[in-house]
Amino acid sequence: MRRNAIKRPDGTLRIGAGAGFAGDRIDPAVELIEHGELDVLAFETLAERTIALAQLRRRSKSGAGFDERLTQRIGAVLASALNQRVLLITNGGAADPRGGGLAVRQVARDLGCASCRIAVVTGDDVLDRLDLDASAALDTGEPLAAYRGRIVSANAYLGAAPLVAALDSDPNIVVAGRTTDIALFLAPMIHAFGWSSDDWRTLAGGSVVGHLLECAGQLTGGYFADGDRKRVPRLARLGFPYADVNRDGTARFAKVAGSGGRLDRSTCLEQLLYEVTDPSAYLTPDVTIDFRAVEIVEPATDSVVISGANGHPPPATLKASIGIDGGFSGVGAISYAGLGCLGRARLAGEILRERWAEIYRRDPDQLHMSLIGMNSATPWKGLGTSEDAEPPEVRLRVAVQSMRHGEAQDLAREVEGLYTNGPAAGGGVETSVRETVAIISTLIPRQLVEPRIEVLE
Amino acid sequence: MSRSIVLGDRVHCRFGDKGNTGLFVLAPYDLRDLDWLIAGATPERLAAFLGGMEPSQVRCHPCRQLGAMVVEVRDLLAGGVTASLAIDAHGKTLAGYLLSMSIPS
Repeated sequence: MRRNAIKRPDGTLRIGAGAGFAGDRIDPAVELIEHGELDVLAFETLAERTIALAQLRRRSKSGAGFDERLTQRIGAVLASALNQRVLLITNGGAADPRGGGLAVRQVARDLGCASCRIAVVTGDDVLDRLDLDASAALDTGEPLAAYRGRIVSANAYLGAAPLVAALDSDPNIVVAGRTTDIALFLAPMIHAFGWSSDDWRTLAGGSVVGHLLECAGQLTGGYFADGDRKRVPRLARLGFPYADVNRDGTARFAKVAGSGGRLDRSTCLEQLLYEVTDPSAYLTPDVTIDFRAVEIVEPATDSVVISGANGHPPPATLKASIGIDGGFSGVGAISYAGLGCLGRARLAGEILRERWAEIYRRDPDQLHMSLIGMNSATPWKGLGTSEDAEPPEVRLRVAVQSMRHGEAQDLAREVEGLYTNGPAAGGGVETSVRETVAIISTLIPRQLVEPRIEVLE
Repeated sequence: MSRSIVLGDRVHCRFGDKGNTGLFVLAPYDLRDLDWLIAGATPERLAAFLGGMEPSQVRCHPCRQLGAMVVEVRDLLAGGVTASLAIDAHGKTLAGYLLSMSIPS
């Protein structure tokens, strides 16, 4: 029997969420594969931010272009997956899916796995094909030509189709780069159920299942707990979700019995609309989803049934993430405590501004300043007003962005210089200088993307 | 005199980002509070609470059948997660901040 096929007597396909972001925990995926009786385990580990960082590593040759924890994640579940014939699928190939596939093959060899087919999906990298004069930034409308010379990467969001093609080669593992998060979950459904590519309602249903699973623990009580109103049991052992997907695209969600967390209407509702701009038209390469009539039913404790999504044809274009060389960011922070701490932190900020202008002859408004413990989460408040109540302690954080490493380094050194030259009793200076890539989004014609499948054994 | 209610007393919230756009999911604990939320969390009030933005930057998408509202705020994030110099470049902490906003009871 093919690996991605309906095996369960009730005719459902059971898909688990093994990771919801690059930094996710490893042990919940192990719990899922050992106790979840899965058919598929998907690892979503790519965000705008993480593919930017991966491009940076690849460019500077300072590390792998694929997800740094890919081999650790796959290694933790691979033996069980091969024994139980569970399909593993991930976008952790990031900026180098083939490199990721080869690394995973080495993991399989090191574990002594006799037979392990790895399907690598490439083609999302469209840097060489991008027409800078014909494309514009989605947020601002600015032509990409304005960034000529600074563009370091361009990755299109692949939909489910290339992943379905990869599944046709009957792999144990699929390693892709920039796909939509949803596609990792939708592709095994399309492949197993044989859904037609214009069955919009069913595709929307399956996509909603993927959308709910893609952030893993965020469905089962992670990122939810808040006081008495939002209690979540045993977050330290949060269980990740799985879905039993029906042939019609509806699904029942659950988590491993005895795992931590909670799964109910409230946790689902926050995740259902998470990162959705327009709930009536969520655009994906596979289908346009209308969330408004989705129904969430709780048939039992820690179990929900989802149905009611509507679907429409997808847009003609694909979204692509464009990486722009952002130069360097320099950050420095210093703490003050007790009586007068707020005044001393503000004085430190004024000193830095004055020196930035007078010693370095640079615009002090370049310096982004915030007071941690006061208003760092609301950056528009700057350093606050004289009416602010004084906290027990406060930390001044200053950041600058520059195309020149030296300028970012100057700021870091200036914050350190506050030790013996600044206000009284400052402590705990930490500084960093990092290379940055900024990401902008654009729309490209579908024909720019030519997905390719390569099977490694 | 109308009293004010802090949003967090009746509503829970999750924040997400898409590029430079901030997206708040607001969902009342009690579905009967949905109309109150939709009537009170106006673009004007939300824009003022989020640092004096223009109300035209804020769009509210009520989802009555689901019992929630999505609030879309354009140009909230100073260039988005990969460009912003803010300590929370995603803006994720803003979900908690927004729940401290008061609207008329």
